[in-house]
Amino acid sequence: MTRPGRELHPGAWWTWALGLAACASATTNPWLLVLLVLAAGAVVVLRRGDAPWALGFRYYAYLALLVIVLRVSFYALLGGDQGEPYLVELPSIPLPQWAAGVQLLGPISVSAVLSGLYEGLRLAAILLCVGAANTLANPRRLLASLPPALYEVGTALVVALTVFPQLVESVQRVRTARRLRGDAGKGVGALRRLVVPVLEDALDRSMTLAAGMDTRGYGRSGDQTRGQRAVTGTLLLAGLVGVGVGAYAVLDPTAPALLGGWMLVLGVLLAAGGLLSAGRRVRRTRYRPPRWRPAELGVATSGLLVAVGVQLLARHDPLVVNPPLTELPTLTAGALALVLVALAPAVLAPPPPLDAAVTADEPARPQEALR
Amino acid sequence: MIALRQVGFRHLDHDGRPDGDWVLRDVDLTVEEGELVLVAGRTGVGKSTLLGTLNGLVPHFTGGELVGDVLVDGTSIRHTPPRELAHLVGSVSQDPLAGFVTDSVEEELAYGMEQLGLAPATMRRRVEETLDLLGLAGLRSRSLRSLSGGQQQRVAIGSVLTMHPRVLVLDEPTSALDPTAAEDVLGTLRRLVEDLGLTVVVAEHRMERVVPFADTLVVVEPGGRVRSGDPARLLQDSPVAPPIVQLGRLAGWDPLPLSVRDARRRLDGLRGRLGELPPADVPTVPGAVLLRARGVSVAYGSRVAVDGVDLELRAGEVTALMGRNGSGKSSLLWAVQGTGRRRSGRVEVEGRDPHDLGSSEARRLVGLVPQTASDLLYLETVDEECAAADRQASAPSGTCRALLDRLAPGVPGSHHPRDLSEGQRLSLVLAIALSARPRVLELDEPTRGLDYAGKDALAGVLQDLARDGHAVVVATHDVEFVAEVADRVVVLADGEVVSSGDVVQVLAESPAFSPQVSKVLGEGWLTVPQVREALEGTP
Repeated sequence: MTRPGRELHPGAWWTWALGLAACASATTNPWLLVLLVLAAGAVVVLRRGDAPWALGFRYYAYLALLVIVLRVSFYALLGGDQGEPYLVELPSIPLPQWAAGVQLLGPISVSAVLSGLYEGLRLAAILLCVGAANTLANPRRLLASLPPALYEVGTALVVALTVFPQLVESVQRVRTARRLRGDAGKGVGALRRLVVPVLEDALDRSMTLAAGMDTRGYGRSGDQTRGQRAVTGTLLLAGLVGVGVGAYAVLDPTAPALLGGWMLVLGVLLAAGGLLSAGRRVRRTRYRPPRWRPAELGVATSGLLVAVGVQLLARHDPLVVNPPLTELPTLTAGALALVLVALAPAVLAPPPPLDAAVTADEPARPQEALR
Repeated sequence: MIALRQVGFRHLDHDGRPDGDWVLRDVDLTVEEGELVLVAGRTGVGKSTLLGTLNGLVPHFTGGELVGDVLVDGTSIRHTPPRELAHLVGSVSQDPLAGFVTDSVEEELAYGMEQLGLAPATMRRRVEETLDLLGLAGLRSRSLRSLSGGQQQRVAIGSVLTMHPRVLVLDEPTSALDPTAAEDVLGTLRRLVEDLGLTVVVAEHRMERVVPFADTLVVVEPGGRVRSGDPARLLQDSPVAPPIVQLGRLAGWDPLPLSVRDARRRLDGLRGRLGELPPADVPTVPGAVLLRARGVSVAYGSRVAVDGVDLELRAGEVTALMGRNGSGKSSLLWAVQGTGRRRSGRVEVEGRDPHDLGSSEARRLVGLVPQTASDLLYLETVDEECAAADRQASAPSGTCRALLDRLAPGVPGSHHPRDLSEGQRLSLVLAIALSARPRVLELDEPTRGLDYAGKDALAGVLQDLARDGHAVVVATHDVEFVAEVADRVVVLADGEVVSSGDVVQVLAESPAFSPQVSKVLGEGWLTVPQVREALEGTP
């Protein structure tokens, strides 16, 4: 059975990936972490498109490896003496008084290396989950699903995304042109000679684009009165303050709990009201907005299930979720089920549309197409 | 539909004082609904400014002082910014890629409608209609960057058509396109006028393509005054005229022929007066071979751009390199020059291969003026550029300036290179390339943005260089320019040479490449000066 390819709602991919990341952040079991990463990787390989952003997963993988290596080496070299058994016994380098509490080198204990490894794996897994979302979800479509009030910001970001490859192209073009002048292309002067034409080019393009967007109706004003604008502004500002105070109170254990929770909720509500009110001003519609269909719901649900499942597992088998450093970590059927759920989008999501499937040939002449 | 009343425009400086003369002055113009209006004039006379007043970009976006009033469908643009006119006037620029906001065909078509706040069902219907109307249905989900130039320009037209504007304004929509793609876009325009009753205002350098079906011609003259009227009448003394009209003027036909068909039907009288084809001034002794390329191939990843091309350039000859967009013309020029990449093949200039030499050595063998010539310029004044060029070529001081004065006399040395006209800027880059004294000179699309007089001047310069013993090769789409300047033509398709030989023979072989004069008079005749010579030669 072949299904026609289509792009999944970016929100579904992000929900799934954040669910996996939440699960990864809740556990230090290396087996579970590795399996989660493998599941995410498998989904990426099976369901990514061929757009430029879809080819970046390997860079996230390199970054994740680097995180693990750094984490382990810091724990090993700076972690201090965590007791027997030791892996290697290195001489300790004495540090001055003001650096007390930091131990450079010294005996490297197995538990220090292991805890570095577990922590590193956890970070790496979170990183890879975010990477998977970035690889699978079209960033433009994600921006397009922003609330109307943020539309202008979203467009600016989309334009920036478009301009970047053009800038690279322009740098390459100017650099080769430079060589036609017998310009060695070294030193500070050469940089200036490169930057001036590239910036001029970019400025020209931006002006053309701005003019083009203007003539195509970008930023057509609505009909909001001064009073409505004041209400919108007040709501947004109050919401921001509420969220700030609330978040501080939630994170600070000494603040009264009631203040934290309620302030946060109130702030979020006010901000949402402000966005809604601002959005009402914008008279704009969306062409074929991404819709939530069964596949999207399935993918998002699998992410939520993984996030909730790991909490249940932690209550049931705490030693599986956070294994002690002294014993070999184990897996249970419940943990394996989590991984299977995380893998589900590989089957649930439709395959992506591939640009390469379309031939690059000229189409039929337009005259024929009209008849 | 459009009415300009006593319109004048001039730029203002930072303090709000007038900066320079009026760009437009006392312009009165009325355009009826459903007309196709061609705006013509020398480069830099204010055609773009005139078009800009129709969509409100002038003065709302550009600044400056606008006097008089412009009414589009009864709405004055003086008090309406361009975005509020979007449903009324659609604008298409000459570089479609720079104006795209989204990244796929379908989303680009819908973008304008989203701004207007149309209902989703309406948007969907209009996108489908427009895809069919412009023959873009097969490309709907393609990324805009992967399209060819002609396709991109059709998408740009489509993206304003979906807003159902009453007026379509196009500023040189085909200047970057090869003849076939240009035909495609102009054919589309013609159909829009005929089928949809759209009012179209178009500025176009290659007038010969639009004149046959233009209802009104608007000529912008130096000084900013504007004349408008019936094309055949106005063209009798317009400063810019396509070859067919020049031929008509020469033969004294009245009314002037506007299309090849018109001209052919009036040919009888002229044939007798023309007599025999004058012998072409082919040099009796062919010049020495200055550059010999064998089996040159260029590949980008798995895509082969140039596939085993042989090329020979002789002293005293101008060779034209033709072929559609993406056929490998630029890649070949760069590869032969030595700076561009080359997968295989040998190039020999004065016994050496420029590819094996450093960039400053290679440019002494082969000079190249790239497609965007301004990439080579980065200093604040013309004088500084010339001095830098002398240093880089280790030529005696003043070499570059002397060359520039020969190519384009009277370019002020204190001007910023960006303030020069297209033709002057091209001459400056050409002078910089020539400072290193290469015997072989390559030019990539030099006629972009040049009007008929600018092209004539460039043709003169290139022929002079050839007479001095240079070998010149020009990659271009411009058939009329090739007819005027070239001795030999090499046609590329898909990176391979499909035909190569004498200009008369190659241009006569294929209808797509034949200039207007030879379409009218038949094989052998290429340019208007040739005909003039023949007419003056006969008693």
